[in-house]
Amino acid sequence: MTPEIPDAEALLDALVARLRGAVAYDAAFVGIYSGGAWLADRLAVAIPGDHPVGYIDVSFYRDDYATTGLKPNPKRTALPFDVAGATILLVDDVLYTGRSVRAAVNELFDFGRPAMIELAVLVDRGGRELPIEPTYVGARLTVARDLNLVLTRDPGGTLSLAAEPVAGN
Amino acid sequence: MKIEIRNGRVIDPAHAVDGSASLYIAAGKIAALGHAPTGWQANRVIDANGMVVAPGIVDLSARLREPGFEYKATLESELAAAVAGGVTSLACPPDTDPPLDEPGLVEMLKHRARTLSLAHVYPVGALTVQLAGTTLTEMGELAEAGCVAFSHADMPIIDTQLLSRAMQYAGTFGHRVWLRPQDAHLARGGVAHEGEVTTRLGLPAIPREAETIALATIFALVRATGVRVHIARLSTAEGVALVRAAKADGLPVSADVAAHHLHLCDIDIGWFDSHAHLVPPLRTARDRAALREGVVDGTIDAICSDHTPVDDDAKQLPFAEAEAGATGLELLLPLTLKWADDENVALGSAIARITQLPAAILGVAAGTLEAGAAADVCIFDPDEYWRVERRSLRSQGKNTPFLGLEVPGRVRYTLVAGQVVHEM
Amino acid sequence: MRNPQLNAEGALKHLLTLEGLPAEVILHILDTAEPFVSVAEREVKKVPLLRGKAIFNLFFESSTRTRTTFEIAAKRLSADVINLNIGVSSTSKGETLLDTVDNLCAMNADMFVVRHSQSGAPHLIAAHLDATGRQDVHVINAGDGRHAHPTQGLLDLYTIRHYKGDVRGLTVAIVGDVLHSRVARSLIHGLTTLGTPEVRVVGPRTLMPAQVESLGVRAYSDMHEGLKGCDVVVMLRLQSERMKGALLPSAGEYFKHYGLTTEKLALAKPDVIVMHPGPMNRGVEIDSAVADGERSVILPQVTFGIAVRMAVMSILAGN
Repeated sequence: MTPEIPDAEALLDALVARLRGAVAYDAAFVGIYSGGAWLADRLAVAIPGDHPVGYIDVSFYRDDYATTGLKPNPKRTALPFDVAGATILLVDDVLYTGRSVRAAVNELFDFGRPAMIELAVLVDRGGRELPIEPTYVGARLTVARDLNLVLTRDPGGTLSLAAEPVAGN
Repeated sequence: MKIEIRNGRVIDPAHAVDGSASLYIAAGKIAALGHAPTGWQANRVIDANGMVVAPGIVDLSARLREPGFEYKATLESELAAAVAGGVTSLACPPDTDPPLDEPGLVEMLKHRARTLSLAHVYPVGALTVQLAGTTLTEMGELAEAGCVAFSHADMPIIDTQLLSRAMQYAGTFGHRVWLRPQDAHLARGGVAHEGEVTTRLGLPAIPREAETIALATIFALVRATGVRVHIARLSTAEGVALVRAAKADGLPVSADVAAHHLHLCDIDIGWFDSHAHLVPPLRTARDRAALREGVVDGTIDAICSDHTPVDDDAKQLPFAEAEAGATGLELLLPLTLKWADDENVALGSAIARITQLPAAILGVAAGTLEAGAAADVCIFDPDEYWRVERRSLRSQGKNTPFLGLEVPGRVRYTLVAGQVVHEM
Repeated sequence: MRNPQLNAEGALKHLLTLEGLPAEVILHILDTAEPFVSVAEREVKKVPLLRGKAIFNLFFESSTRTRTTFEIAAKRLSADVINLNIGVSSTSKGETLLDTVDNLCAMNADMFVVRHSQSGAPHLIAAHLDATGRQDVHVINAGDGRHAHPTQGLLDLYTIRHYKGDVRGLTVAIVGDVLHSRVARSLIHGLTTLGTPEVRVVGPRTLMPAQVESLGVRAYSDMHEGLKGCDVVVMLRLQSERMKGALLPSAGEYFKHYGLTTEKLALAKPDVIVMHPGPMNRGVEIDSAVADGERSVILPQVTFGIAVRMAVMSILAGN
């Protein structure tokens, strides 16, 4: 039974509407690779203000290294602003267990002490395993445990969401 | 004890015997072959159906590690290993601790071996005192004590003048000289054959010239002195060619090869397997082919085991630091059979390389089943394969590059001086 | 023969040599090293990946440089590092090599970084760990005799890729004492595995291993010929012992024929890069003008070396 997957671009519009006027004028947008990074780029264009854009790869801060080892092809974390004292909007595509966000927050703290971190996600699918809540949400969806919710970007830059079976199912 | 061995295929290369026959043993000697002596009443009958009945194997080189290296092996363990491998006579090199350079040591070794009543032990005496390469030993005394030949084990004789004099002295009294062809300087520091493998593995190397130069030196001295020399352990194709030419020239030389070198080459070192750290080193496939050919055409007279038991601690070290050598008494027959099979050599001819021919080089009455000879017999199943494992080896040395492999030739009975000293 | 470096799933279990490693494994390590370079540029130069892991530097041959870079790499991964300088290993010192390893495993070692003067020592240790059922203890070869120095080979490959891109279009020359060099052997295996079309070794015949072409290289004894048109020149260190063993007459004559000077470097391509594993003997194998010149990438090699070692440790510890 496949749930109704909403249009990612529509969700993005909804998220932008919630952020506009609410997020700090000088907040840095830090996207978690890869979906969060694409979103951070789009948000920086859509939301007025002075928003430096950074990208964060959480491979070195994940809590499942002991069982699954190093993820292939980790990317470079790039934060072109001073994290100490910064107001940061952490951006991710799908919020699920909350572990990626926990890793990203830990990693940010290794760069300095931010003044504030808020979290913006395109989709909150529930299923949290840690006490983490988003500040801004595009939409809340219920997705079966045996499905992954994946954000993709076509060559033209258009974002779309799809549900894929979890590997091994 | 009168023993009758029935239904076996009796092979005695020294007398061109190869066929189904019964062998009769009495008072420690071969009484008759084929027809029972008059009034024959056997105390024991051995049914050798499906087996080969051959002279006991004669091994030109087996280290027994006594005196001095008892933590590596003892006469008890190694002579038991010998008869388990069908070896009834063996020559041991002089590199014991102390080396066999004094008659007392030789006598004690012979005495110890005799009391065990297993294989016959023929000590090879040291050519120089302490194997130090400076003073000659009392070869006359040593020969009287029981040395059948004189060698320098694996120690190179650097001083060519000394080598020449040692050969001449031995020659004066008709003693045999065995020499390992390895040039000390070229081989210095090397642990494996100089070639693609040492280049890849970054191991200090021994070029093939270390053997050919030494052979050229030895043959020049043989030519000059007329002294009979036995070349112990060939390893190169060029070496085989040099021996072939020397024999064609009428020089009084003989040669042997270690069984391992007929089967392995430097690639078998793999990822630094110290079991393949041997002296002389394993060379290339081309050399192996030439060595095999050399045994087939008789350039190389005998195959020996070069049995060298090494304790685990001395082998479980980085390749260059590991002690060289492999255990081999129990593998001499299987490896010879395998070589014969690969090269399409008749069984009788193969058995000659480990019985009649080495006995001639030793100069002892062994390696034959003629009537009146000592009843040293090896009865084996040529078609039974067995797995080389630590627990299947009787020797205290479990160090062999053949571990885990299946080899042909299971010795079922070994008799020494008419006594069954091994059966399974 | 099964590759002793890979586990049953084909993943890297030990790093002993670059020889026989599939190109994908080598490229994976290089790709993983890339983000680790940026860790060095942060305020807090640490990631928590190997927190709680115990890494033992087992150095049977002393080397402050290499040991320090491994130590820094391990600490940047938040691992605990214990340094053991065993000096010259010999059974006459009492404890055997494998006994030392067993004792350290009993102290819950997760990884051994091993440097030894004998070729094959890390292979021996890895084989022993596998034979005694310690599947989760990893071995990194930090240099064994003349045989291999895989992390150096990897950082050299990383450096070449960084400045020159894909090796499949390059001509690389390795100059010096190839006979005794584990750095040269590892780099040669890495370059040939990744498809470098022309790998050259340059040096006098006494310092070339037998049948060196079997490694997939072309040998030159004339440095002028060997450097022509090169994209990369790697200079090897010449040890003073070589003058004692009748391999070379003098450092002076060596420098004249095989030392890298501005004049000889001009034979290579104009955008050539110059590398050296260090430490350098200025005036013996390399001129100061070249070592400090604009074509030299010798210092960046050191930085990349830490990132590459972090990548290797992270990949191994996670497998």
